[in-house]
Amino acid sequence: MLKLSRYVLYDILRNKIVIAYTLFLFIVSFSMFRMEENSSKAILSLLNIVLIVLPLISLIFTTIHYYNSYEFIELMLSQPLSRTRILLSEFGGVCISLLSAFWIGVGVPVLLFSADDTGFALLFTGTALTIVFTSIAFLASVRSKDKARGIGFALLLWFYFALIYDGLVLLILFAFSDYPMEKFTLLLSALNPIDLGRIFIMLKMDISALMGYTGALYKDFFGSGKGVLFTTVIMLLWATIPLWLAIRSFRRKDM
Amino acid sequence: MIRIEHINKKFRRLQALDNISANFDKGQVISLIGPNGSGKTTLIKSILGMVKPDSGKIFVKDQPVNGDPAYRSDIGYMPQIGRYPDNMKVGQLFEMMKKIRNADEKETDNDLVLQFNIPAIYEKPMRTLSGGTRQKVSAALAFLFNPAILILDEPTAGLDPLSSEILKEKIIHEKKKNKLILITSHVLSDLEELTTHIMYLQEGKMQFLKDLETLQEETGEIKLSKAIAKVMRGYETDNKWINQIFLAEKKDERIY
Repeated sequence: MLKLSRYVLYDILRNKIVIAYTLFLFIVSFSMFRMEENSSKAILSLLNIVLIVLPLISLIFTTIHYYNSYEFIELMLSQPLSRTRILLSEFGGVCISLLSAFWIGVGVPVLLFSADDTGFALLFTGTALTIVFTSIAFLASVRSKDKARGIGFALLLWFYFALIYDGLVLLILFAFSDYPMEKFTLLLSALNPIDLGRIFIMLKMDISALMGYTGALYKDFFGSGKGVLFTTVIMLLWATIPLWLAIRSFRRKDM
Repeated sequence: MIRIEHINKKFRRLQALDNISANFDKGQVISLIGPNGSGKTTLIKSILGMVKPDSGKIFVKDQPVNGDPAYRSDIGYMPQIGRYPDNMKVGQLFEMMKKIRNADEKETDNDLVLQFNIPAIYEKPMRTLSGGTRQKVSAALAFLFNPAILILDEPTAGLDPLSSEILKEKIIHEKKKNKLILITSHVLSDLEELTTHIMYLQEGKMQFLKDLETLQEETGEIKLSKAIAKVMRGYETDNKWINQIFLAEKKDERIY
């Protein structure tokens, strides 16, 4: 499998977008840490980038890459290789390139300036979100044969997870504000990897003290080992289920 | 070597393959002919597992096509339109294919690579190649691993006369090695010197699968195009296509 991923990686490095992405992340993180005196403030600003930009780039880049490597996939299909293996190698190649961009661009500055609990939580969340959204993008692009539709669908998913979902949660919380909703919101957070990541990092920071009773409950849950386990498992599910669905429909597809 | 059992395939409302059964053996050169959109490429892609039939089974060397993909190591496939990764250089493409197949340098068949002078373009990226050069690369790749089955989809389309001749020579050479060769082509005169069997498809249905001698005997024609024309007149389904070929041939005669 790695044999194929190598060529996928090589192809990705050729078009230089990943290098530009790495540089962008690096410059932004570096300047954040230099501008803010308090490193936890810088982490907070970085958090927004990780939560908004990372999923967007992962989705768009993966979808475009998939459609661009359609020829490569076609060529591989006539070779003695299984479809699962072909798709997994594509996934591996894209993941490795996006993750190395993240680790170099954000990981290095974070380790230099703020190598504490919060910093590691940020890196964990960024890594998880990259994998999750790459996997979701694979599902979107395998399902739709048309390039424009695939990218449109990926963008729509991003809007949903990054913006619309929060609005929906607020709406629900307002509508049922008379009831105890703490446990329920915990469940809601699991349904959106971006939200889950946000809560996971926020609770590592001091600001969680400002969030009242819900914050206390969250802090109690996410601050413990149970919370870390919960986040990891949910993120893993978010990464594997879309990928599994993508493989399933890729195996049945006519090329 | 290839056994096709009652396969059906529908694309939306179009019946691309309609209950096709056939048996191909080694030493045969099967010409798949039929009008555009008659299901030739779909049939080939089904054998390669790129298109999944709605029903029916295909076996290659008694291995079911939808199981272990290892059976494809016995197949060399030359697509109608060779599409390759744009950024990859020709040399890298060949190197990658060898790695994927775990082939030894000694076992590979470099005849076509050398005759088409492909090492001269090893440093060129695939996207800069012309259609004909791409076809040469596709052909060289199909023959590279000395496969027992060769599937060639419109192999001579887009090739210049010299390269086309080289490819035909190579096909005849492989035929002598007792391989199974499947060819689709609209240029019947190209097929004439190669083929042993004719399979005629129309609107997804198999009209006939006959060996050349039987066809010649039944129709009393020696020339392949005329023999097929005569058979098709009997079917009287769509004579237009054959007539067009006749017109084209007559035009050729006038020029030369």
